[in-house]
Order: sequence, then structure tokens, then C-alpha cells
Amino acid sequence: MWKWLHSYADPEKAYNLSSKLLPWFSLLALLFISVGTIWGLMFAPTDYQQGDSYRIIFIHVPAASMSMAAYMGMATAAFIGLVWQIKAADWVAASIAPIGAVITFIALFTGATWGKPMWGTWWVWDARLTAELVLLFLYLGVISLYASFEDKVLAARAAGILAIVGVINIPIIKYSVDWWSSLHQPSTIKITEKSSMSSEMLYPLLINIVGFGLMIGAITIVRFKSEILARNGMRPWVRALAKQEGVS
Amino acid sequence: MNPRRKKRLALAVALIGGVAAVASLLLYALNSNLNLFYTPTEITQGKSDTGVKPEVGQRIRVGGMVTIGSMNRDPDSLYVEFAVHDSLGGEIVVTYDDLLPDLFREGQGIVAQGVLIESGKLEATEVLAKHDENYMPPEVAEAMGQTHEKLDYSETQSEAAN
Repeated sequence: MWKWLHSYADPEKAYNLSSKLLPWFSLLALLFISVGTIWGLMFAPTDYQQGDSYRIIFIHVPAASMSMAAYMGMATAAFIGLVWQIKAADWVAASIAPIGAVITFIALFTGATWGKPMWGTWWVWDARLTAELVLLFLYLGVISLYASFEDKVLAARAAGILAIVGVINIPIIKYSVDWWSSLHQPSTIKITEKSSMSSEMLYPLLINIVGFGLMIGAITIVRFKSEILARNGMRPWVRALAKQEGVS
Repeated sequence: MNPRRKKRLALAVALIGGVAAVASLLLYALNSNLNLFYTPTEITQGKSDTGVKPEVGQRIRVGGMVTIGSMNRDPDSLYVEFAVHDSLGGEIVVTYDDLLPDLFREGQGIVAQGVLIESGKLEATEVLAKHDENYMPPEVAEAMGQTHEKLDYSETQSEAAN
């Protein structure tokens, strides 16, 4: 049943598939993010309590939710790489890590700039905020582990184990606001019941969340392609590609 | 699946399971310490599970709703006094001598950090406003009776912050 998937473990096939997918991801990401952001920042109504300051939600929430989704993607790839020993999966995990770290930083940064005017503080050692900071450190750990071994098979194994172990942090981030009393608000977007946000605000937010996901996908593909080339520099097909592109 | 893959799969699953077990035990043990604040009821009657009650002189955070009509402002300084309550009926008095955050108003959820100077009275050094998960345009809020004008305190009481 999964046999067709195995063929994409071949670096050349994975590279060609990535080249085909990249323009779609890029275009759709650009479309979704511009629609969501312009709608959210310019046309969505102001909030009854926070006025216009709440609009940072259109960046903060997509960044925060995608920082967790990207981590799950990275850990899944690392798991496949570890169990089935598929190098392409390891490369996917290594490609996602820096993007996830940047997105996590954006979530923390926008959260701090939102916290200052609304709560009255940039930072508080609240369960939600602390767990998200731990996520940033996990990403940085995966990046540095992957970078610190010459042998990339070994590097991927070490980084992959850390990525898999770190998965435990994801439910902690997600449910921190329900399990403990925190300064951070509980979730606005609910999957099983009605979200506690007016639909004129909710739609641009959801569009931006999808857009951020597509953007992470697009950048992952770019990084994945260069990772494939870097690991397969000696292969004939890479050399042929280089010649074709005019690199001597 | 060949035996080597099966072994690696078992190892990876055992790793995840082990870490999950360790983390949940750790979080369970730390549970009460991970709360950012005490609720007023917990200060007056102790925590519901352990009965632990903060002592006078202890530095704590308290979180709850500012009781409507309890705000007392000193006309010549920044000094304010207000009561904070929760849905279980506990109430404590908070004193503060600094600028309050923009979102602060009666009926608002807040978190105050300070020293418990006597049972049921907190001298705050920091007051943070807490907002809930509801977002709506002002017209909708008005229709629902949840107007939130800064100086014109509304009579409606939204649910207790938790």
C-alpha cells in the first residue's frame, strides 16, 4: 500500500517532486497571507475590549500554531528517518528545524509586544509562555545537534532522537492554559465547539493560519532541495544538473 | 516490515512512551507549583487539593476579577485599593501605588503580584490585566450587554477569570 511512497526516498525523485510542488506552495502562501493579512489588519472590525491592538493576533496566532505544527512535521520526519532509515526524511527534518525556530521566535516576539500594552508586561513566567520558550530551545537544540557532526547520518540520528523526545512539549503548550491558571488567555479557536470570536475576525485569522502553513511548506521545500544537493554532490544527476544550470 | 525495522520502531515507541510517562509524572508532582497565581478563595481557605494556604508576609500572585464598586482611588496620588474576587466567593483586598495597565477596570480579570500584608490583604508591586478569549466588534458586545468602556463601568459581570 505504501510502496509508491518508497520511490520518493530516492533523492533525484524527491528533488524533482519538490521542484514541481514549490511554485504551488509559494503562490498559494502569498495569496493566503496577503488576503488574510490585509483583511485582518484593514477590514476586520475592532475588538470591543482591546480596540485595534488585538490585530497583532493575525500574526501571533498563525505563528504560534504553526510553530507547533512545524514541530510535529519535523518530529514525524525524524521518526520515519530513524525507524525506516530513509535519508530523505532526515533531510526534511533538518530543513524544517531553522524555519520552526524562526516562526517560534516570531510567536514569542509578537506575544511580548502584545503583552506590553494589554497585560502591562513583556514577559511573565506563565506556563504557556515558558513552554513556548522551551519549544524554541528544542528547535535550537535540533539545529545545533545536526550541525555538530561531520557524519550527517549520525547527525540526523542524534537530532532526530531529540526531536522525537521533544514532542512531549507540544501537548503541554497546547493545554497549558487549560491545566493551569495562567495570564495567557485560553484558546479562542476551538475545534469541537464554536470559536469565541466573531466570524468577521475569525475568517481572516484562519486564512492566515493556512497561509503560514503553506509558507512554511514552501520554505521547507527550498531548504530540502538544497539539502538534497548538498548531500548528493557526487552523484551523476547532480553534476548533470549543475552543468545544465551553467555551474562549472 | 523486517526485524531490524521492527526493533527500531519498538525502540522509538518505547522512547516516546517513556518520556511521556516521565513528563506526566513530573507535571503531576509539580502541578500546583505551575499555577501562575492563587485565586482569592485559595488565599482565604487554602488550596482545594492540598489545603496549602499562603502565609502573611509571603510574596504571591493573586488572580481574579476586580469587584465592581470596590475601587478606591486616592485623589492626590496613584494609590488605589480594590477588591478581587473569584467565582467561588473568595475576596481579598489589593492595594497598589503605581500606574495601572490600560485594560484595568472594574469587572476585569487581573493578576496582581505582591506581599500578603495581612490575611486577605495584598500589597501589590505589579498589577497585570488579563483578557479572556472572546473577541467581537463593539456593536456585537453592546448587543450582548458586554460594553467595555474604560471609565463608564458597566453593571454586567462577565464570568470569573480562571
